[in-house]
Amino acid sequence: MTTMPLLHRASAVAAHASGLSKVYGQGETQVVALDQVTVDFRQGEFTAIMGPSGSGKSTLMHCVAGLDSFSSGSVRIGDTELGTLKDKQLTQLRRDKIGFIFQAFNLLPTLTALENITLPMDIAGRKPDKQWLDNVISMIGLKDRLHHRPTALSGGQQQRVAVARALASRPEIIFGDEPTGNLDSRAGAEVLGFMRNSVRELGQTVVMVTHDPVAASYADRVIFLADGRIVDEMLDPSADGVLDRMKAFDSKGRTS
Amino acid sequence: MFRTALRTVLAHKARLLMTVLAVMLGVAFVSGTLVFTDTLGNAFNKQSAKSYKDVAVSVTTYYSEDDGADGKKQEPGLSPKILDEIGAVDGVASVTPRVEGFAGVADPDGKLIGNGWSNTGTNFAPGENGKDPAYDFTEGTGPTEAGQVALDKDTAARGEYKVGGPVRVATNGPVKEYTLSGIFTTEDGAVNAGGSLVLFDPSVAQKLFLKPGYFQMANVTATPGASDTKIRGEIESLVPKDAEVQTGKQLADQQAADIERELSGINQMLLAFAAIALFVGIFLISNTFTMLVAQRTKELALLRAVGASRRQVKRSVMAEALIVGLVASTIGFVLGVGLAVGLRSAMGQFGAKVPAGPLMITPVAVAAAFGVGVVITLIAAWLPARRAAKIPPVAAMSSVHAVATMKSLVLRNSIGAVLTLIGAAGIIAGASMGKDGKFIIGAGAFFSLVGIIVLIPLLSRPIIALVQPLLNRLYGVAGKLAGQNAVRNPRRTGATASALAIGLTLVTGLTTVGVTLGTAIDKATTDNIKADYMITMAGGGGGLDESAVKALEKAPGVSAVSPQRASYLVIDGKDSSASAVTPGDIEQLLTLKTETGSLDSLSGDAIAVASDTAKSRGWKTGDTVTVKYEDDKTARLKIGATYEPNEFASPTLISTDLVAPHQERPHTPEVYVSMDGGATEANELALVDALGDNPAISVADQQDIRNQFGGMINTALNIMYGLLGMALIIAVLGVVNTLAMSVFERQQEIGMLRAIGLDRRRVKRMIRLEAVVISVFGALVGVGLGTFLAWAIGETIRGSIPGYVLVLPWERIGIFLVLAGLVGVLAALWPARSAAKLNMLTAIKTE
Repeated sequence: MTTMPLLHRASAVAAHASGLSKVYGQGETQVVALDQVTVDFRQGEFTAIMGPSGSGKSTLMHCVAGLDSFSSGSVRIGDTELGTLKDKQLTQLRRDKIGFIFQAFNLLPTLTALENITLPMDIAGRKPDKQWLDNVISMIGLKDRLHHRPTALSGGQQQRVAVARALASRPEIIFGDEPTGNLDSRAGAEVLGFMRNSVRELGQTVVMVTHDPVAASYADRVIFLADGRIVDEMLDPSADGVLDRMKAFDSKGRTS
Repeated sequence: MFRTALRTVLAHKARLLMTVLAVMLGVAFVSGTLVFTDTLGNAFNKQSAKSYKDVAVSVTTYYSEDDGADGKKQEPGLSPKILDEIGAVDGVASVTPRVEGFAGVADPDGKLIGNGWSNTGTNFAPGENGKDPAYDFTEGTGPTEAGQVALDKDTAARGEYKVGGPVRVATNGPVKEYTLSGIFTTEDGAVNAGGSLVLFDPSVAQKLFLKPGYFQMANVTATPGASDTKIRGEIESLVPKDAEVQTGKQLADQQAADIERELSGINQMLLAFAAIALFVGIFLISNTFTMLVAQRTKELALLRAVGASRRQVKRSVMAEALIVGLVASTIGFVLGVGLAVGLRSAMGQFGAKVPAGPLMITPVAVAAAFGVGVVITLIAAWLPARRAAKIPPVAAMSSVHAVATMKSLVLRNSIGAVLTLIGAAGIIAGASMGKDGKFIIGAGAFFSLVGIIVLIPLLSRPIIALVQPLLNRLYGVAGKLAGQNAVRNPRRTGATASALAIGLTLVTGLTTVGVTLGTAIDKATTDNIKADYMITMAGGGGGLDESAVKALEKAPGVSAVSPQRASYLVIDGKDSSASAVTPGDIEQLLTLKTETGSLDSLSGDAIAVASDTAKSRGWKTGDTVTVKYEDDKTARLKIGATYEPNEFASPTLISTDLVAPHQERPHTPEVYVSMDGGATEANELALVDALGDNPAISVADQQDIRNQFGGMINTALNIMYGLLGMALIIAVLGVVNTLAMSVFERQQEIGMLRAIGLDRRRVKRMIRLEAVVISVFGALVGVGLGTFLAWAIGETIRGSIPGYVLVLPWERIGIFLVLAGLVGVLAALWPARSAAKLNMLTAIKTE
């Protein structure tokens, strides 16, 4: 879809995983969710992680985002190695360096849209950067609905608030877990547009798990997972290209 | 349907835990009470039947100074002649005569053993074999000489008295020293209830308690085959008309009935508190079922979609309630029986001896326990069940959770507002009607109480909003979220807070009334008594002997002394309660503000009358009235003075000198004494010394008098606190329940908060603060309502308490609120921990 050359392709790494494995259970019932995955997520890049159900794409994101523990290997966010961190430090890391966008929006119904956006800073006890906040808010275009509660917003609007919440604290990296999974295609396209703009215009780093080739086409780069391993990678993807690649895995999976 | 219900119950075990606990505690309270009183009643009945087993007929005479119907002076009791006649009646095997009165002994510290009204002395009445059938001697023998006494075993042990050693025995007269001849056990109920019993030689007992040669009563045994009723008839013709002659069976029945009455009083009080506990439980149960229904909206809608009728859905929820009620009642009943056993042994620990007997589990107790447990659960589940039935089948298709609607709150708020208004109007109307408004104030208070409880969900928002800024400032995000979470489901918060509010309404109300009364009594004591000491018989055991009054008059350092001797005068044809006092001294001992005349006139042929009595009888100072004394002699006396009514003084005062010649056996309940130098330890010792170191006489200074009443009020309050404890525990369980539900329902939210960086400590704090906010809110409403209720009660009784002023026990109210906060923290322990332990990933995963 995009033909614009990526100027910052060679820039620094925002998150890095190497030899990352995640194993559930033991012995007979052992399930390998991630098998020796090594991957870099570069600063200012929008990466989509794709793969069929059970391929380990969500697990990979959870491990890199410090939401889940892993069995072996190493994960770094910036310069911080996650493997040795205690729960408290992990929490602090997520609070200060990571932003999240969930499939189910996950806004607090008791807070207004604006309060939801500034929640991570409230938790950290920091004052939001006014200028940045205004930028983010004007980008998502909800200026006139800031004092509404989530229940008064549509699904698309709620997810835009969630995107703003992830952006507001200027995290080093934002993770999205099927952020358009609960939205219709129009609202989904809007949200994806904002995510891409945040990368292009604000220089954010975004990693998104999705199973939707159209969503993946908004990314700069797509990595494909199957059976807990990275099996392919695509730069400047188009929806059709991604779909073809997925179909290829599917048929391979069926014939093997 | 029942099987589905059972499965559902089993699947939600953990979430039903608090409900089961609440019902269980309530049922345990009810069944414990019933089993306990049944067991006690049975044991007491057996004992009284046993103690009258050998008695065929019993005769009791009552001493009176009145002449008999025939105009002849009555004999003071049963004379030896009558006793011989009774013994000669056909079928009589033996006659055991008794004469009894007050007698007490001291423990090694000099304190009276037992509690005054149950310190009895009587005569040893040996039969032909030299034994008294009522008393089994474990050591020594019965007293057969004037200088001997015997003691019951417990009293001897508590006083460390040894057979052959000296015993100082206090009766209404001076203390006397005797030699302990023996120690015995007895079936006597008063002794078994913690009293004491002293046996004297018959002649000594007669001299002490009646008149030489006379007995008050006699127990008669019959020869085998003789009819008790026939003997009773024959004896009735021998004894004076006003003597009571009863068969042993009548006596046992009468005692059984007395015990029954007393126990049913205890029973009713305990059951009232159990009812409060169960009522509080309703809120918790209702919350739980509301939540279970809300969580299963889809499931229930699916049932409806596949063809279940509304009735079936409703019935399935009610069936779940039935199962929960049955299980909880069963456990509760077992617990209740345990409670009854524990209570009985606890009573023994506190010195109240309970006769042994089997545990009584009556069908009534079982039925009541299960009935109450099941019915309460069903009532509480009824509304949620109705709501479940209203879930439309289409809800199965939508992914939206059924949110508690505000619609029905409108109805609820309207009802609450109307009730509160009716109540407030009633109270204002009642208060303006003065004394006649009692009932209206009471009804108004009740209405507004119910109204406020109904309105609690509405009140929760504005009241909690008041503390929101404080929470934000002190606790940041955790505080902000906690406050908002607390008002998120006003209905649930309301029900949770109501449970606490009801408990605290009662606690605060009782405390305020208690403290107010205590203060009023304190004030009355300080205002009305000027004397340094009030001397009475310990434990209210009758009147002081004349010798004691004389001893006080002669005690060193005494500056003023006056008895208040009971005197029943008929003045101008009307019965009047009067006190005989020492003129000249009494006004130094009691606050007597003369309104007209002078109290000096009391030393002449005059009486003084309280102004209110004088007014109602139309007497004025200087009037002459006809006074008839107790011996029917009359005199013309002047009204010498009128004085402001005083709580501690009789409405009529007269000089002892005027009354003394007309009283054969004067009754002096109290003597007031003032000393040079006031109430000091030395002065108190001097008085005790002057009274012959008599353990049966209490020498109380003003502080002691206040403590006596204050102590009673405090004891009563502590008992109430204890009994309300169960309701409060259930209310706390309700808070735990609500928080556990909230944590469960907000898993996803909490997971999100954890993911975006809220640490475990603050997650815990958020839950804790929510609990504290709800608890303190409930407590505030309770304290407010309680104070209001106390005020309303005060309005209805203020007329009968002079100088009544409502006193708000601020320190205690403060303590209640702090405790409520602690309760919140405590209740949140488990829900907060489980919230902090939530796995973020499962929490943020969508279905």
